[in-house]
Amino acid sequence: MAGANETGRQASAAPFAIELKGISKAFGPVQANKDISIQVAKGSIHGIIGENGAGKSTLMSILYGFYKADSGEILINGRVTPIPDSQSAIRAGIGMVFQHFKLVQNFSVLENIILGAEDGAMLAPSLSKARKVLDDLSREYELDVDPDALIEDLSVGHQQRVEILKALYRQAEILILDEPTGVLTPAEADHLFRILRGLKDQGKTIILITHKLREIMEITDTVSVMRRGQMTATVKTAETSPEQLAELMVGRKVLLQVEKAPAQPGRTILEVENLRVKDDQGVERLKGISLTIRAGEILGIAGVAGNGQSELLEVLGGIARATGSVRMNGQPLDLTGRHSDGQSRRADGIAHVPEDRQVLGLIMDFTAWENVAFGYHHAPEFQKNALIMDNAAIRADCEAKMATFDVRPPIPTLAAKNFSGGNQQKIVVAREIERNPDLLLVGQPTRGVDIGAIEFIHKQIVALRDAGKAVLLVSVELDEIMSLSDRIAVMFDGRIMGERDPETTNERELGLLMAGITGGDAA
Amino acid sequence: MDYATLLQMLDTTLRLATPLLFACLAGLYSERAGVFDIGLEGKMLMAAMCAGSVAYLTGSVWLGMLAAIGGSLIFALAHGLASITFRGNQLISGVALNFVASGITVLVALALFDQGGRTPPLEGGARMAEITLPLAETLRGVPVLGPFYADVVSGHPILVYVGLLMVPATWWLLFRTRFGLRLRAVGENPASVDTAGVSVKRLRFAAVLIAGVLCGLAGAYMATGLQAGFGREMTAGRGYIALAALIFAKWRPWHALWACLLFGFFQSLALRPDVLANIGLKIPVPALDALPYVLTVIVLAGLVGKAIPPRAGGEPYVKER
Repeated sequence: MAGANETGRQASAAPFAIELKGISKAFGPVQANKDISIQVAKGSIHGIIGENGAGKSTLMSILYGFYKADSGEILINGRVTPIPDSQSAIRAGIGMVFQHFKLVQNFSVLENIILGAEDGAMLAPSLSKARKVLDDLSREYELDVDPDALIEDLSVGHQQRVEILKALYRQAEILILDEPTGVLTPAEADHLFRILRGLKDQGKTIILITHKLREIMEITDTVSVMRRGQMTATVKTAETSPEQLAELMVGRKVLLQVEKAPAQPGRTILEVENLRVKDDQGVERLKGISLTIRAGEILGIAGVAGNGQSELLEVLGGIARATGSVRMNGQPLDLTGRHSDGQSRRADGIAHVPEDRQVLGLIMDFTAWENVAFGYHHAPEFQKNALIMDNAAIRADCEAKMATFDVRPPIPTLAAKNFSGGNQQKIVVAREIERNPDLLLVGQPTRGVDIGAIEFIHKQIVALRDAGKAVLLVSVELDEIMSLSDRIAVMFDGRIMGERDPETTNERELGLLMAGITGGDAA
Repeated sequence: MDYATLLQMLDTTLRLATPLLFACLAGLYSERAGVFDIGLEGKMLMAAMCAGSVAYLTGSVWLGMLAAIGGSLIFALAHGLASITFRGNQLISGVALNFVASGITVLVALALFDQGGRTPPLEGGARMAEITLPLAETLRGVPVLGPFYADVVSGHPILVYVGLLMVPATWWLLFRTRFGLRLRAVGENPASVDTAGVSVKRLRFAAVLIAGVLCGLAGAYMATGLQAGFGREMTAGRGYIALAALIFAKWRPWHALWACLLFGFFQSLALRPDVLANIGLKIPVPALDALPYVLTVIVLAGLVGKAIPPRAGGEPYVKER
């Protein structure tokens, strides 16, 4: 009796900001959330980690009124609060910052902020009120943005601030952020964390969804781990380690560091000199890139997305045209003419795992075996005769690749879109690596890929290097660049700002280069 | 070309531009909300038939106008159901409605009047009266501006003035009100509206129904104002010309007015081959007739600069996970 009273008093004294009880949600036969219970203390930063498809986003969508749970209860500040739609979530004081921002690109910051939270039928009073509120908020939380700027003119980091301001303008007491640092530079991420700490100090509750263990360790007070739709553990951040969390996420021990022997560079494979590219608007996107890659080494290109890395990959992969000179195995490559296409590049021994696998890497509605043949469908072993392709041979080849690369489920006739992100990526990587190229171009190899698959893909890239091949790796994940590369080049604004040795450099130094700052030997 | 001829041509331009303007603004509401509307033509045709028939049967142009709005709204509702509620393809829905309109208008007119698919000529109260604006005759004596006011500005059916007033009204609604902000947002990024807790479907339906009303007015004007009765295929592609004007105007109300006046001017040119002949340009009448359509093709082919449509245009909104 005394115990019950005790808990009762405690609950009324400090109820949890959010408490979920037995939340379940199924999409057809897929159980996305299974009996999930979680308690989030008021004024804390609570991390939720899990692999892709573990059910994190579904859970948060339920909390924000996007989906209705099949069963279970939501308690906000100790009171049962049904959340049938986003409007109810906003009324309950919940704000959400989505991974893909929900902003109107050609609206001003102010217009975006008042959208849906206008005070009356006319805009003018709402706009001037928002201007005042915004001014206060930005001073309080380091959230300064120009209220009259158009969203499309803002950097990604600033756009994210607008999303946070939107939530605060609606007087959110609970802020949910879904993978907030995926698109930020290290400096921007630091700034975001400062903002979050400031919000926490004001008593706001923050839920941070991420797959980055480092962030969890750095900023959260408590972590919940999800695996296959279930909440496997909730621990205090101070009492856990990245290794333990990774194991909880995947369900087995995971190597967080890539194991690799020192590189043994051989002859020069690729020489790029003074490469220049202009986009459709005539803006120069590559401003004189020069680099070389030798056999048996991985050159990592670090940089914030949009600084020319995509163009570099596209030129080398034969998708875009350029001026300058590129020599592959000593032979000049055609950069503008008839032979500047993917087919010719493959013939020259260049394989390409493109940055956006869903657009450039796969045809999502086609089957796995069709996708595995793309680009290599002219290969003699895939032909029955001059007219007819040998589909059975392609399918057998696909089955073999699926076995080698542990693609799940190993069904060649399944459409590409029905595989998870990690398995889609394995299909692309299998197609490109298995042809034994001299040079592998690989962009964002692990974007949207779960930890288990990341480990596997990294191993494959290193194995290719050890087999004496050259690898050009482009990634916005600094961790990935630092652990895989033998040399690191940093790109900013279409130029290479400098080259560093991963053994001797650090994140701070690379972060400065990524922001375009070359203050001598800063480190 | 003397001043009197110029005034006549501008007068015709304004008359011919009015149905384009209504249809163009209708398209503007719909497309700004992210619903492509290729069915402007069908809605206008349907409205024209309803207006012509009801005005003839009742003798009241206003009942005809109400019927026109009603007929057009039924089509708008069908388009909304197909493309918003059931997330169908907006182009196919629009094209289908155009076909239905093309057939059903002739069918109904044949059944009712048995005159080869047209309504009998309208007279008296079944037609829209031309309004003489105040002081039109008094000011006629003022040089240059007087005749312009009396001949071009004054002396049109009421819907011409309603159409002109719709331009600032639309601008104000879109850019100065909450409804306009949400409408524009839903055409650019419906997810932003959805996550703000506002219904995407309701907004889009509102836009599509406004388009229905405006097409209704366009059709009513064509059958009872511009002409005296409904005739088979009388809209003659004006719905598509209005779409071209909309692209030309880059989805902006004031620009829509200028674009429609330009197309109207070309149409009036086709009616006055003598004007061009007088200044030494001998162009066959059929070529002149084709002029507005040629211009439409040029505009639609993107030869007038880049026009960026509302970003979410044409796509049904589906919540993503």
